Amino acid sequence: MSQASAATRGGNVSAGQKTNGGTILSAILSRLVIIVPYLWLLVLFLAPFAIVFKISMSETTIAMPPYRPVFDWADGLAAFWGNLKQLSLENYLWLVDDPLYFNAYISSVTIAGISTFFALLVGYPMAYAMSRAPSSMRMGLLMLVILPFWTSFLIRVYAWIGILKPEGLLNQFLLWVGIIDTPLQIMNTNTAIYIGIVYSYLPFMVLPLYATLEKLDYSLIEAAQDLGSPPIAAFWKITFPLSLPGVVAGCLLVFIPAVGEFVIPDLLGGSTTLMIGKTLWTEFFGNRDWPVASAVAVILLLILVVPMMFFQRAQARAQEQER
Amino acid sequence: MKSLGSIRRSFAPWNDPQARPYISFQNVTKRFADFTAVNNLSLDIYEREFFALLGASGCGKSTLLRMLAGFETPTSGRILLDGQDLSGIPPYKRPVNMMFQSYALFPHMTVEANIAFGLKQDGMPKAAIAERVAEMLKLARLEQFAKRKPHQLSGGQRQRVALARSVAKRPKVLLLDEPLGALDKKLREATQFELMDLQQDLGLTFVVVTHDQEEAMTMADRIAIMDKGQVMQVATPAEIYEAPASRFVADFVGSVNLLEGKVASRTGNSVVISGGSGAQISVENAGEAAPGAEVAFAIRPEKIRVSSKPPAEGHLNAMQGEVWDLAYLGDMTVYHIKLDDGQVVKASALNSARISDDPLTWSDRAWISFAPDAGVVLTR
Repeated sequence: MSQASAATRGGNVSAGQKTNGGTILSAILSRLVIIVPYLWLLVLFLAPFAIVFKISMSETTIAMPPYRPVFDWADGLAAFWGNLKQLSLENYLWLVDDPLYFNAYISSVTIAGISTFFALLVGYPMAYAMSRAPSSMRMGLLMLVILPFWTSFLIRVYAWIGILKPEGLLNQFLLWVGIIDTPLQIMNTNTAIYIGIVYSYLPFMVLPLYATLEKLDYSLIEAAQDLGSPPIAAFWKITFPLSLPGVVAGCLLVFIPAVGEFVIPDLLGGSTTLMIGKTLWTEFFGNRDWPVASAVAVILLLILVVPMMFFQRAQARAQEQER
Repeated sequence: MKSLGSIRRSFAPWNDPQARPYISFQNVTKRFADFTAVNNLSLDIYEREFFALLGASGCGKSTLLRMLAGFETPTSGRILLDGQDLSGIPPYKRPVNMMFQSYALFPHMTVEANIAFGLKQDGMPKAAIAERVAEMLKLARLEQFAKRKPHQLSGGQRQRVALARSVAKRPKVLLLDEPLGALDKKLREATQFELMDLQQDLGLTFVVVTHDQEEAMTMADRIAIMDKGQVMQVATPAEIYEAPASRFVADFVGSVNLLEGKVASRTGNSVVISGGSGAQISVENAGEAAPGAEVAFAIRPEKIRVSSKPPAEGHLNAMQGEVWDLAYLGDMTVYHIKLDDGQVVKASALNSARISDDPLTWSDRAWISFAPDAGVVLTR
């Protein structure tokens, strides 16, 4: 009997070694799989950010590149320390001193916020209608939402100039119908920017909303009606709360890029429109002040990190609920 | 079940010509694009009745229920509830509540909030809502789960929340769409009796849709057997089983032998049916089958006696055959007897003794016999 048990134990040991070998290999593999996205993040996000961050603490000069100090591997460690000491937060203080930047941030966030709100207002009914359409039509409707992406973003924004300018299509139509007697000045105002942003980013609002609304079990709405809710009350009590993950995702997908938007305010907005994207552009290419431009970019990133974290938490919560 | 039967024995408003139906479907037709779900159907349901709509999927039973709830509009005909025409009344204004097959519990609300939902819609005062919700939680044995969300509950608990939510408003009629469909067998059996008790206690009218005949037989006062958008028969479970109105009903509910033949002669209420090969069957209480009519004789397997010896002299219905197949089920044995004319008849025998004194096995010669009142003659 003892022999038999020893034999079994021996068998177990060899089997255990085998599985151990397998586990180590699969552990390495799974680590590798995890490392890939981290590597991606490091090379494509953290490294550029570190460079921008460093430039933001440099001093501007008329040289190539237009800032000082420049780190050079050849200079050795002593020079590195010397250079490091030259870095300062002066550019950030400059941003605080000049109200232009503060106003640009505020105005960007406001314009992005208003645009996001309107995108939600337009996008929700679209997504809702799509999710309630016969399933044979849904694919086609989805294609229509994505269709604008087949044309260059820049061309589509240019096209809006043709529509919105004083002698443009919209004004001509309104004059023809007789609603107005003098052309409306929409071009080069904030309204034009709202229209541009809502138009350009609408698919990013519609798609996540559609995804959540499409999954919604229609019998829940029937149940609410059965229990005495008229359709509108049923919408606000059942449909809307259950679509909140989609609302949050859609709003952030519109809001985050809209804050830093440059092309739309540049093409459709007026000379008085302050948006941080435009300010950034002017600092980089107009003033050639890379350090200040970098500081502007770093602050912009910080402003956007907050809603992004909010987005991630909302997503995690939605996943929790699904489980 | 026995005791319940005796309590309810006197409950038969459908036999009372004075009784006014509570729910009345009058020539209701529902057509979808290329499909007629309900076809010129008329049906009366009485107050406090536990009524079951039984049929295979696609027979129109769910459509009928959804029309009563207001989710579908009849193409023609009308539905009356307590004398009031329901057409044009939206679901949220109808005094009926529905328990959905999927339960349709609101996933973002707690058990408590789910149950209170309908009461809040009615603008009931807060204190009254709290009281009613507590009462419902107690009734459904869900007190300790009040603050949970539906996804934190088991299937049986969800079913009870759905039930509590649908009766919280004290509807005149409760509609149940496959109420036990998602439960496992044991739980389903226990819940059947809970539903019956609940219906008795609250004094509500229940209309339940099911495809499970055992469920319908257990719970319902009356069953409507549906096929292709029409009602084939409405009767009590016992009538449906013992006196089916047609071949379809006889075949749909339980197991049956349908022996086709012609009425050879008729004396009073008794007929003699001759089968294709000349076998004669004598039947008492044969209904209105006229001589020469093509009929089916329907007899349930448990009403046929199987024996290796011929029955006593003078026994009217006896035939000889061979044991074709048999299945021992413990409590009973099911025989398939191939008669000498080639027909295969199912017969079941209760295994009342541990060791049978007349054991039959495959290929044995066997006699089947049955009393003249053991089966029914079906003309349809």
